Formats: sequence, C-alpha cells, structure tokens
Amino acid sequence: MLDTLIHIAVLLVVPPLLPGVIAKTKAWFAGRDGPPLLQPYYDIAKCLRRGWVVSETTTWIFLAGPIITLAATLLAGLMVPLGRADAPIAFTGDLILFAYLFGLARFFTTSAALDTGSAFEGMGAAREVTFACLSEPALFFAFLVLAKISGAFSLTPMLHAPAAAFSAGIAAPLILILIGLFIVLLAETCRIPVDDPNTHLELTMIHEAMVLDHSGPLFGIILYAAAMKMLVLGTLVLQVLVPFLPGREVLRGPLFLVLLVALAGVIGVVESVMARLKMRHVPYLLVGALLFCGFGFILLIR
Amino acid sequence: MNASLTDFARLTNGQAVALDRIPVLDLTRLQASIAACVHAGCRVSALFGAVSPQQGNTRLYVVLADDEQNLLLAAAADAVGDAYPSLTPQCAQVHLFEREIAEQFGVRPEGHPWLKPVRYRRSWTGRDVWQRPAGEAILPAVGDFYRVEGEQVHEVAVGPVHAGVIEPGHFRFQCHGEQVFHLEIALGYQHRGIEEMLLGGPDARTIHLAETLSGDATVAHATAYCQVSEALAGRAASARGQALRGIALELERMATHIGDLGALAGDVGYLPTASFCGRIRGDVLNMTALLCGSRFGRGLVRPGGVGFDVDAERLAELGRRLDACEKDARVAIELLWKTPSVMARFEEVGTVPRAVAVELGLVGPAARAAGLERDIRRDQPCGIFCFSQIPLATYESGDVFARAYVRWLEIQYAIAFIRDQLHALPGGAARLPVGVFAPDQFAVALTEGLRGEVCHVAITDAQGRFARYKVMDPSFHNWAGLAYALRDQEISDFPICNKSFNLSYCGHDL
Repeated sequence: MLDTLIHIAVLLVVPPLLPGVIAKTKAWFAGRDGPPLLQPYYDIAKCLRRGWVVSETTTWIFLAGPIITLAATLLAGLMVPLGRADAPIAFTGDLILFAYLFGLARFFTTSAALDTGSAFEGMGAAREVTFACLSEPALFFAFLVLAKISGAFSLTPMLHAPAAAFSAGIAAPLILILIGLFIVLLAETCRIPVDDPNTHLELTMIHEAMVLDHSGPLFGIILYAAAMKMLVLGTLVLQVLVPFLPGREVLRGPLFLVLLVALAGVIGVVESVMARLKMRHVPYLLVGALLFCGFGFILLIR
Repeated sequence: MNASLTDFARLTNGQAVALDRIPVLDLTRLQASIAACVHAGCRVSALFGAVSPQQGNTRLYVVLADDEQNLLLAAAADAVGDAYPSLTPQCAQVHLFEREIAEQFGVRPEGHPWLKPVRYRRSWTGRDVWQRPAGEAILPAVGDFYRVEGEQVHEVAVGPVHAGVIEPGHFRFQCHGEQVFHLEIALGYQHRGIEEMLLGGPDARTIHLAETLSGDATVAHATAYCQVSEALAGRAASARGQALRGIALELERMATHIGDLGALAGDVGYLPTASFCGRIRGDVLNMTALLCGSRFGRGLVRPGGVGFDVDAERLAELGRRLDACEKDARVAIELLWKTPSVMARFEEVGTVPRAVAVELGLVGPAARAAGLERDIRRDQPCGIFCFSQIPLATYESGDVFARAYVRWLEIQYAIAFIRDQLHALPGGAARLPVGVFAPDQFAVALTEGLRGEVCHVAITDAQGRFARYKVMDPSFHNWAGLAYALRDQEISDFPICNKSFNLSYCGHDL
C-alpha cells in the first residue's frame, strides 16, 4: 500500500522537474543562468489559473484531447515500476495496454489538432502520426526482448528482470534496446533531434504545432501530461540501463529519482550539442531505433 | 551592347549631373536598350516613375549598373497615358519595379505576367490600375494568390502576425505534403510613405528619415543619402569622415551577419552558436555605440562627414574590443561548420542557382553565395572604398550554407578592414560644411549595405529641392530570390531559408 502511495506521489509530483532540469542544462551550456529549476511548476500553475479561448469551429474533441492525454498517461504511469517496487497496476498483457494508452492519447491529440482546422495543426498532426508509426514498433521489439528475458508478459516483472537476472548473455540485447528506447524517448517527448520544444517557428514544429490553439488550463494540462510522459518513458530507459551501472541494487531504490534527473540532464546535453534533423530525415533515425530493438531481439533468440 | 550603351548618360557612384543630361528616349527604345544591357551583363539598380513635364505622362527613369566598367548608366522615357508595354517578359528582373510604378503612378505595364500591388496603397496620381473603389480601404495581402490546384495540394498561410519578434509579412505556400511547390510573398504592412515625405526636402527631418529606412542598415542608408547630398551640393565629405563611415558600415555588417548566423543556428536548434552569437552581436553594436552613442549608428553619418569625431583613446578601445570580438566570433561560428548535424541542415537547402540569381538580379550576400561577383564596394567604389579595398567573398553552391559562409567571410574581412582603418585614420575635420543643393540635378549613390546594394536617386527641382527621391533597398531585389529558393523544398526548411536571406520588410515597404 505504501509503495502504491509513493508511486502515485512520485508520478504526480516529479514530472515537471524533468523539463526544468533539461532547461537548466541547456542554459548552462549556453553560458546563461537559465530559468529556475522549478519553472515548469510555475508555468503549469500559471496556465491553470488563466482563462481560455476556444475557437468556435471546434467541438468537444478539442477539449477531450488534453484531458484524455493526461488520463491515458497517468494510467500508463501506474503500470511501470518506479525503482524496485512493483507497479500499482500489473497483469499479464498490460504492456499492450501501456503502448496503446499512448496510442489513444495520440489519437485524441491529433484529432483535437485537426478539429481546429488550422493548417499548422494539420501539418503537426500529419507529422506526429507518421513518426509514431515508426517509434511504436521499436517499442514493441524492446518489449519482446524484455519479455523473453523475464518470461513474463507484464511490465513489472519485465522491467525488473534486467537487473534481477542480469548475465553476460543478455547484456548485448539490452544495450541495443537501450539505444532504441532512448531514441524513442527523444522522439516521443519531442526533443531535439526530432522536434524542438523551444522553437517559435510553426512550420518546423511537430508536437507544438498540434497544441497551438490550446490555451490556459488546457495548455497547462498538455504541459503536465508531456512532462509525465517523459517520466514514464524515461523510467523504461532507466530500468534497462540500471544493470550496467555500479551499485545497481542501491540505484533502484530512492536513488532512482536521482537517476531520472540525471537522464533529464543527458537529454539536455543532447539538445545542447546537436542540431535538429531535417524533417525528411527523422524517419531514418526512428527506423534506426527500430533496427536496434529488432536486432536486440534477434540476438536474444538466435 | 555598344549601340545601346550610347543611349545612356554615364555616371559614377556618388555623382550628380544636370537633369537635362539624362537622355529622354522613346520608351520602346529605352526598353530595348535596358534589355540589351541586362543581356550583356548590366543590372537594373533602379527603375522608377516620376512626374513628367508633359501632362498625363509618367517619366520612367532607369539606373543600370555596369559593374565591369565601374559605371552607372541612366536614361529616361515617357510612358504615355495609363498603359505601356511591359518589359518583364524579356527582362525578369524588372518585374517588381514595374509593379511599383503601376502602383505609384497608375500606369499599367501591358503583358506583365503577375501584376499585383507591391505595398497595397493608393497611387500618387489618382489613377488606379486595379480599379479599386475610391472609398474603401486597401488592405495588404488581400486579393488573389497564385494557386496550385489538385486533390492533395494544400495551402499554408503564414503571417502577417508571426510567433517571433520579427516584422510583418504574409507568406502563402502551395504545398504537397511537406513539399513546397510555390511560395508567394505579400508585403506592404510596414509602408510609411517615406518617399513622399522626402519630397520638397532636404529639411531637418530628412536625415532621420534616411536613417530609419531600414533600421539595422542605418549607416548604409544614411551614407547613401549623404553621398547624394554631397553630390548635389558639389562638395566632398571629409577624409576622416569617410573613413569613420566605412568603419561604421562594416561594424553594421558584422553585427547583423553575426546575428544572422546565430539565428540560423537557433532555427536548427543548435544552441551554442545561437546563444553566443546573440551576445557577440550585442558587443559589436556596442562598438558602434562607442563611436556615436547609438548602437545602430543613429546620428553618426551626416552630410559632409560624420556627426561625431573619435579621440585616440576611443580608437584604442575599439581596437581592443575588436580583438576580443574576433576571438569569440571565430569560436562560436566555426562550431557551425564543424558540427555535422548543422551542416546536414544547411547544405543543399534553398538553392538559388547562379543563372537564376543573374536573371532575378539578386544583390549582396545572396548573389555572392550563388557565385556572382557583385559588390558595390569593389565595383562602384565611393568614399573610403576608393582608397581601401575589401576582398570579395563568394561561394558557388547558392544554398543556405553558402549564404551563411559568405557572411562569415565578410565578417572576417570587415574585421581586417576596420583594423586597417583604425591604424591609418586620416586627420582633419570630421565634418565639412555642405551648402545648398544645385537645381535641376540628377544624383545617384550606391552603398554596399549588409544585404547588398542600397541605391538612392535624387532629382532636384528648380529651387534645388527634392522633386523625386527614390530609395532602393537591397531587399527589393532579393525577396523574389527567397520565393525561388523555396521551390521544391520542405516547408519545414522555410525558416532557415528565410534567415539565410534575412531581408528587410520595412526597407521593401518604405
């Protein structure tokens, strides 16, 4: 029970810290002080207090987009084990639900974008679904590897298996899916080199373009859900990474949060040292992620 | 070539001639001569209308730049009534000039392939080519746009309100998925009517109007205006003043080029260069402020020389800051060329081939990046550039990388030039008296501003007042180049293409 409460508390409270860490890292690279670490919390709080403007051409889908996205992300977050404790929700086959909760969120986000009838939002939605087609299979290949290692079809045992049953034989597949999952993390959380969350250029946006018309509390919810998605997907990456770190048993305890922050720092470093890909080249990167995960699976079953 | 050359009066940059020395030809003859000269390698620097002595006619003046001969060619002709045959089908680079004349004077170029308003304003003569109702307001960018039809073709409209802090302009893309078939640019939101305000001048406001033609090119426009003034008054600027103008002009170029390279890096999400260039640009602007107290060089360039002299202490300080700036800029900018992810975004994007650049009459870094050897400082030197040459920076590929790299070369050349000038600054007065303008004169002055050739043409009346003052900002030539660069590109690459040209909206809209 205590584990469940802690899990829920972490899931609700920690997410906005991650974009804050990324912003701080980037500011450090740029030689600036940057915004306060907790700025995303202030931003979300500010958005929630604001009024909103809703276009007259939109329908209920426009409102449903952010709300369903948040609900789906929250539910998915209850299925991944944070640290060593079991996830509050675990059953055989939950990994399918996990993946398609994000699919559901994406469906409503893109529908809400199309609902506005704006050219920018339509472009953003088209890009989002195109790229999702490639990141989703990469995620599933990574799940296959974890399922094969653990012999289970539930996320909790699957994600605990790398650290618990670590052996030389599974190291190579794990490294491969680690790379693949990290790319999926960057793509799904709209980071450079796939998307640029800081850009103001509508024509280059992917995710940001889809939410241009959302304002006030709806936008606050979107920011919050995006941060939570980063925490959830980041957890996947970390659970695969932990066996390679010294002191892996300790790290899976409360220090897991430190690892999350460090992961956000790494994302910040990636964003600071490279430019975005050309839009046409983004699929190459995602196919690369798919290949990494796919080869990981082949290596494991050969 | 020679037959048509003789049709023109020959001038050099910063020279005034009596108005009656500008030959007034038959319009067909003038158009044939323009076409022949452009075919032989000249450029149309200015083509504009003015009130003709014959009632109801419009006098068209043309200034061609013959870069090989270091000459400017000027001639005139009357367009009779409210229409004349368009030259655009034979000479593409006059397309926007003819649209401007149509808008300002209400004369229709018959056969112009795309006759739309340039700035969406009423004409000066009361005639209207588009027969718009007199009582209604004319709104910018309202009207037909070039359309591509088809089931999967979609239209994306951007602006005039943009997400960034930039000037207003409207961009209409015809797209097939991510691919751009066509881009049409509609401007006019920034029109202030400066050409009308300059009429009857000079007065106390004139120099300030010249300085604000395009804010970041203050020195370039003010220098062109002062060269026109000095030519009309028959006086020369002081040697010290000319050198200081040159320093300020190159500082202006450096500041904007460094800012542009930072903005390009920012647009592809490359943080280090974006951040550092933003700061270094500020350092360069502060060097200009060291000269005159204004970061954008306001109040520095004045007829007869410069408004502020510098003492030895400030020159030494400028040299020290220049050294520091060079070091910082080199580190920040060379990172771009060393980062593969940045180069992948810049190379083979937004290409303007050399032939197209020639046909459109591009100027400045955009032309030089396509391999054209065009630089007023070398081809039509005036002021300090008659005595102190600056190397020409060119590149062949015509893409975003070329436009970025040419900027970096120009920054380095500018630094070297300023350093030379600081060590050999002429003595004497910073500013000499200019006096009144001669009556019935025609004067042309060109300056190589940061975006290319800034061309000012002044015609004085019998009292020595401006009867017509024509300003050509380089952006006027180059906007068509940006539209061309987007052909067959991805729409997500528009921002870097746009930044690589970095054109002025208010310089175009005047």
